[in-house]
Amino acid sequence: MTHTGCPLSNGLPTHRENPLDPPEILGRLRSEQPIAPMVFPDGHEGWVVTDYALARELLVDSRLSSKGSLKHLAFPSDRAMDFDFEKDLPPGQFEHMDPPEHTRYRKLLTSDFTLRRMRRLVPRIEEIAADRVAAMRRKGPPADLVHDFAFPMSSEVICELLGIPVESRESFEADSSKLLNLDTAPEEVLGALHNITGLLGKVAAQKSSDPGDDLLTKLVTSGEVDEAELIGMSLLLLVAGHETTANMLSLGIYTLLREPDQLARLRADESLLEGAVEELLRLLTIVHIGVQRSPTEDMEIRGVPVKAGQTVLIHLPSTNRDPERFPDPDRLDVTRRAVGHLTFSHGIHQCLGQQLARLELRVGYATLLREFPDLRLAVPAEEVPMRENMTVYGVHELPVAW
Amino acid sequence: MQIQTDPEICVGAGMCALTAPDMFDQSEEDGTVVLLRDDLPYEGAENDVREAVERCPSGALRLAD
Repeated sequence: MTHTGCPLSNGLPTHRENPLDPPEILGRLRSEQPIAPMVFPDGHEGWVVTDYALARELLVDSRLSSKGSLKHLAFPSDRAMDFDFEKDLPPGQFEHMDPPEHTRYRKLLTSDFTLRRMRRLVPRIEEIAADRVAAMRRKGPPADLVHDFAFPMSSEVICELLGIPVESRESFEADSSKLLNLDTAPEEVLGALHNITGLLGKVAAQKSSDPGDDLLTKLVTSGEVDEAELIGMSLLLLVAGHETTANMLSLGIYTLLREPDQLARLRADESLLEGAVEELLRLLTIVHIGVQRSPTEDMEIRGVPVKAGQTVLIHLPSTNRDPERFPDPDRLDVTRRAVGHLTFSHGIHQCLGQQLARLELRVGYATLLREFPDLRLAVPAEEVPMRENMTVYGVHELPVAW
Repeated sequence: MQIQTDPEICVGAGMCALTAPDMFDQSEEDGTVVLLRDDLPYEGAENDVREAVERCPSGALRLAD
């Protein structure tokens, strides 16, 4: 299908001119058309929003629905035509629901992800990070920061929180990676989904007879959700809980290693770390597939008529580069006040695990910088393979030496 | 400045407790917003409260001047 005059006629571009910046065309659109037409790869005629203020308005507007059945894969992929949220995913995926269904599921989890609860995990997160550093030292230098540090660390944290045996890590990581990979054939996607939900079903069944001090046990014994819902909720928590943090850990380190001045400032003053985490979250916005909303009624957005059911993609990476909100937005500045970024989205669907993510990132970066004063890339920066073909951005691997 | 909280629409993101910990907390029971006090106990508290309101994703935190 060709749509002349529409700059985005096949969804979002995957290729980036600069690996740490969103595709240039989206930045150009922001100044010309803060809400611009976009044809999704399945042919759906929708919209893309790149303006920070507009994105915030839309993300809190209750006239816009988050229902999975209204969403479309935004990157070109063989599975764009096939994937059916209602049919292919188990129930309980509350990020694809509106109130009151969304409210019911989220309320079951909020007390387990409060800032105070997450802070209690810090000593254990520090132990896990230290174990990974020890493993890196046994292996190298060099070592791969992605598979020797970032993934094992974030998987172990979420496994302990949920109550999933850490021995299943390699199996669910491989399946999760297939789910996120745009090149995975549609039938393989369903196979990977089947494997992970099978694993989660088995774990959940064991919790009734062998309860632990973990979130899955709490959900099983609450009587509030049935088995299928429980599997769906755990699927969301497990995939969101390890993929995002792991990629943010390794992409953050890659970014700092490419910016030696900023890295030196951070090493010289550890009190900058909390702000630096926010700045890296803003700059890198790894959910580069954005989030989608669809109006339940015809409406006008910045003077543009948008019909009910037309999907609006909020391109989070571009909104975080809006110069109206973040001056000199393409520059990494570890001293910047980056709060207010939309990396965890905004509105009622804002990331439930964000306080855990912040703490894991702070512990992970602090541990690596402290333990490896001479941390450096073991290959030229241009040779590091970027995750352009994955729905969560990052680096596929990151060879480092020290 | 009057601080208004609405635990009914709160989604427990924790942004208020992160931004202005002397002013806000989250309930142990369901993670929703708890206002700890209605005065401004230190210099800069007003700024922190305004920032917490800006960062609150659900609109559960509001200011009435």
